[in-house]
Amino acid sequence: MSTTATHARSTSSVSISRTARRRKSATLLLGLLAWAVGLLFVAPAAWMVLTSLHAETDAATNPPSLLAPLTLDGYAEFFGASSGASPIPPLLNSAMASVISTLLVLALSIPAAYALSIRPVKKWSDVMFFFLSTKMLPVVAGLLPIYLIAKSTGLLDSVLLLVILYTSMNLPIAVWMMRSFLSEVPVEILEAASIDGAGLLTIFRRIIIPVSGPGIAATALICFIFSWNELLFANVLTSTAAYTSPVFLTSFVTSQGLFLAKVCAAAVAVSLPVLVAGFAAQDKLVQGLSLGAVK
Amino acid sequence: MRQSMRAASLAAGALCIALSASACGGAGGSSASDKEVNVLMVNNPQMVDLQKLTADNFTKQTGIKVNFTVLPENDVRAKISQEFSSQAGQYDVASISNYEVPFYSKNGWLSSLDDSVAKSADFDQSDILAPMTKSLTGADGKLYAEPFYGESSFLMYRKDVFAAKGLAMPDHPTWQQVADLAAKADGAQPGMKGICLRGQPGWGQVLAPLDTVVNTFGGTWFDKDWSAQVNAPEFVKATQFYTDLVRQHGENGAPQAGYTECLNNLQQGKVAMWYDSTAAAGSLEAKDSPVAGKLGYVAAPVDQTKSSGWLYSWAWGIEKAAKHQDAAVKFIEWASGKQYENLVGQQLGWSRVPAGKRTSTFENADYQKAAAAFYKPTQDAINSADPANPGVQPRPAPGIQFVAIPEFADLGTQVSQEISSAIAGQESVRQALDKAQSLAQKVADKYKK
Amino acid sequence: MAIASTVKTGRRNSTPAPGRKAGFERAAAWARRAPLLPALVFMIAVTQLPFVVTVVISFFDWNALYPNDVKFGWFDNYVSVFTDESLRNSVLTTIVLTVVVVLVSLVLGLGIALLLDRHFWGRGIVRTILITPFLIVPVASALLWKHALFNPSYGLLNGILNWVGGVFGFQAPQPDWISMQPLGAIEVDLVWQWTPFMMLILLAGLQSRPLDVIEAARIDGASTWQLFRFMTLPHLRRYLELAALLGSIYIVQNFDAVFTITSGGLGTANLPYSIYQTFFLAHDYGAASAAGVVIVIGSLLLATFALRTVSTLLKEETR
Repeated sequence: MSTTATHARSTSSVSISRTARRRKSATLLLGLLAWAVGLLFVAPAAWMVLTSLHAETDAATNPPSLLAPLTLDGYAEFFGASSGASPIPPLLNSAMASVISTLLVLALSIPAAYALSIRPVKKWSDVMFFFLSTKMLPVVAGLLPIYLIAKSTGLLDSVLLLVILYTSMNLPIAVWMMRSFLSEVPVEILEAASIDGAGLLTIFRRIIIPVSGPGIAATALICFIFSWNELLFANVLTSTAAYTSPVFLTSFVTSQGLFLAKVCAAAVAVSLPVLVAGFAAQDKLVQGLSLGAVK
Repeated sequence: MRQSMRAASLAAGALCIALSASACGGAGGSSASDKEVNVLMVNNPQMVDLQKLTADNFTKQTGIKVNFTVLPENDVRAKISQEFSSQAGQYDVASISNYEVPFYSKNGWLSSLDDSVAKSADFDQSDILAPMTKSLTGADGKLYAEPFYGESSFLMYRKDVFAAKGLAMPDHPTWQQVADLAAKADGAQPGMKGICLRGQPGWGQVLAPLDTVVNTFGGTWFDKDWSAQVNAPEFVKATQFYTDLVRQHGENGAPQAGYTECLNNLQQGKVAMWYDSTAAAGSLEAKDSPVAGKLGYVAAPVDQTKSSGWLYSWAWGIEKAAKHQDAAVKFIEWASGKQYENLVGQQLGWSRVPAGKRTSTFENADYQKAAAAFYKPTQDAINSADPANPGVQPRPAPGIQFVAIPEFADLGTQVSQEISSAIAGQESVRQALDKAQSLAQKVADKYKK
Repeated sequence: MAIASTVKTGRRNSTPAPGRKAGFERAAAWARRAPLLPALVFMIAVTQLPFVVTVVISFFDWNALYPNDVKFGWFDNYVSVFTDESLRNSVLTTIVLTVVVVLVSLVLGLGIALLLDRHFWGRGIVRTILITPFLIVPVASALLWKHALFNPSYGLLNGILNWVGGVFGFQAPQPDWISMQPLGAIEVDLVWQWTPFMMLILLAGLQSRPLDVIEAARIDGASTWQLFRFMTLPHLRRYLELAALLGSIYIVQNFDAVFTITSGGLGTANLPYSIYQTFFLAHDYGAASAAGVVIVIGSLLLATFALRTVSTLLKEETR
C-alpha cells in the first residue's frame, strides 16, 4: 500500500444539482465545525501564551483579566531576572541530548531496518518483536539499576548518559518506522543497482536515503520530540551539569508565592524548539506516520 | 561485505566524535576544584533571593562559583534523600531540615559542622535561636546543619473583615473558637470563605498543620512503645474536626490547596483566616501585597496543650561524600551569616530577610520596623515550640508536625493522600485513618523490639 | 527478555537461502546480520543488563535509609509486593487511564481527521493549530492544565464560569475540578495532547484511500454513511490499530502528568508513579525492584498478546 499522502483531494464536480448545493452548504458547515474544533484545541495553548505575557497579579485573578496590560516580566523571569539562573545550560543540554541521540538512533536504526526488510535475516520478525517488546517494559523498573550503574561508572549527571538512554528509548520505534519506510523502496531498483555492482554504501546513499527521505525526517522528528520532552530520567539522573529543560521548567513551580505567569513563559519557551520543528515538518510527519502505520 | 564494513566503521567514527563531544558532561559544566560548590535547594522565595545575590557577592568575595539546582519542595525532598542515601557526591550542600538531621546524622551521611562553621567567631553560633540549634543537632551531640530561616505556625486573620463583622480574635484562641469565627466570617464578603487550611497531599503539606491539631487534641502517631495510634479516638477527633472545618468553611479546592494556594487565597480576599507558617507573613506584608497592613497575627490555636505551633527550619547540611567540603563550609557561613541578612535587608527590603533563626535579627531595629505586625508573634511561636514534647504524652521520636524517623516521608505521604481524599469527600475520615493505621503499624513494627 | 522466543508467529522462510555450501551460507547469513547487530547489541546492553541487576536486587532486603542493614531476603519482597493493596490499585489505575485516554483520543482524532479530510477555507491553518497540543512539552502541558486551567480560584475554567455568571447575573458554581475528578483531570490533559497524534495517523490513512473506487461507489449511489462504514473504516483499520498501539505504549508509561497534576494523590498513582515513589520516598530498593520484576513479567505477557495482534500486520505483508 503506497501513500501519496497530503496532496489535495479533488472534490467532485459532478452536476449542478440540488445534491451539489446541499453538499456545498454541508461543506461550509463542516468547515466551520473544523475551525471551531481547531480553536477549541488551541485555546489552552493560546491561554498559556497570553498568561505568560501578563503580570503575576493579573494572571491570578478570577474572573480572568483578558485585557490586562502585557509585559515581558514572565520571560525576564525565565531568563533569570530574579533568580540569576540562566536557562541556557539546560536548553543546551536538552539540545545536545536530543540531537545526538536522534543521530545515533538513525545511525543504528537504518542499517537495522535494512537487515529487517530489504535483506531480511532469518527470524526477522522475532527480532522486531524483541525491539518492540523493550518499548512495552516499564521504564521505571530500570531506573534504580541504571542509577547504580551510572553512579559506579561516573556517568551520573552527564549528557552522555542521557544520550545512551534516549537512544535506547527511541530505537525500537525508529526501527519499526524505518523498516516500514525501507519496505517502500522498490525491489527492482535495488536489484538493478546490485547487478550494476553498486556496494551497500552506494545503495544507501543513492537509493535508500533519497527514497525514504520523508520517512527518515519523520522518524528523526519523533525521536527528537520524545527526547526533548523526557522528564523521568533527566530528573533522577542529572544534577547541576546535565539537567535538561523539562527539569528546569519544574523549578518555576514554587510552594511559596505566585508563579503562574513565569511558569507559562517558561513552558512556552521550553516548548518552542519542538513547536518550530513540528510546524516546519508537519507534512513529513503525516507522511511518515502513515507509512509507519501500514508497512 | 567490505562495503558494509566500511560503512559501519564510518558510522562508528562519527559516533565516537559525537559521543566524545557530549561526554564532557553538560553545559552546566563543572570540574573538580575547590573553587566551586554544588547546592541543591528548595525553590522558596528566600532561596531564590539567595540564588540571585550569590554571584555578585559570595562569588565575588571568595572566587567560589556556586552551581544551584532549585526544585519544588516534593521534588527536592525526593532528590535530597536519593542523593544522600547513595552518597553520590553530586552535591556538596543541600537544604535539609530538622526532619532529616536526626537520622541523616545517624547514618553518617552528613559532615559535622562543629569544627568549622560553629567555631567561626564571625558566624556566632550562640546568636542562633536555641530551639534551632537543638533541633539540628544529632543524637551524638554534634551540630550537623545551620538554619537558613526558621518558622513556626500561627493564625493570620483579616482585621478589617473581623471589625466589619464585629468579631473579636483572642490572642490565644482555641480551635473551637476558631471554628466558630470561621462560621461567622464565612461569606463576610462575596466569595470569601472562613478559613484556609492546607489539604494538598504531601507530608509537608496537609500533614504539617493537621499534625499540630492532632497534638493539641491529645493525639499522636505513636505512643512511647511504638504502637501506632492513628485511628485512636484523639487522632480521629482531631482529623474529623480539621476535615469538617475545611469542608464547611474552608477554601475552594481544599484537596489541592497547599501553602501557595492559601497564600493566594488570603491575598485575593477569598478567605478571612489562615493557619500556617510564620514565614508567610513576609509575603503578606510585602509592598505589592493587596492585604498588607490589614492582617492580625495570633498564636496557633490550641485545645488541650498550652501551645501548638510547629517548628521547622530549612537548613544547610554538607554531604559526607561532598567533593568540595571547604567551599561548602564557606558557603554556609555566608548564607546563614549575619551579613547576608543585612545584604538582603539593604538590597531587597527587610521583610524579605530569611529570619527566624537569629536573636540579633529580632532585635534589629530595621527588621522590627518592617516586620512590626508579626515579628513578636513569630518569635514567641518559635520559642514556645518543643519538638521533644509537643503533645500530651511521651513520644518515641522527636518532631511536632512530623515524626523524625526515615520512614515518615513515605508513610506521611501515603497517609496525607488518604486524608486529602477524605477532605475531597471520597472517603470518610474513619476509613482514611483505618488505612493509615495499618500503614503506621507496619512502620512501628520495625522499631518494636 | 525472552519475548522473541515466546512469540511463534511471523514468517520463517523469508530468506530463501540459496547457498550450497554450509560455509558460504554462514558467511552470507552473517553478512545479512551485520547491519542489524549494532542496534541489537545496543538494545540488549542498555535494556537487558539493568534488568538482570533489578532481578538480583529484588532478592535483597535493601532499604537505602538503612545502609548498614542489607541482607539476602529470598522472596520477602515478592510477598510484600503481592500483598500490597496500593500496588494492585495502581495496576487498575494504569489500565483505566490507558484505555480511556487511548479510546477517547482515538475517537476524537478520527472525527477531526474526517473533518480535515475535506476542502474548506484555511484547512492548513486548522491542521497546524490542531497539532499544537502534541508539540507542547508534556510537563508544560500538565502544569498548564493544573495551574492555569483547573485551579479552582484562579484557573481559566472557573474564570469563564464566573465571567458568564457575572454577565447573566447569577452566582456561578466554582467547582474544584481536580479534586472532583482527579483521574479525569489527568485524562483530559493526556487526551488533549494525544488526540493530534491520533489525528495525524488517521488523516494520513484517509488520504491514502483509493479515490477512484470511492468516487465510483458514490456515483453508484452509496450514501455517505455507507461509504464511511464499508469503505473508509475497513481501510482505516490498520491505521486505527497502529495509533492505538503507539498510544498505549506511551500512555501506559506516563509519568509526567501524574507526577505534575496530582503527585499520585486521590487515587491517581499509576504503576510508574508507584514504583517511583517506592524508590524515591521509601527508598526500599528491594521492594521496588521486586515490583519492577513482577510488572515486567506482567507487561511481557500483555505485550506478547498485543504483539500477536501486531503480528498480523507483519504477516500480511509480502516482499
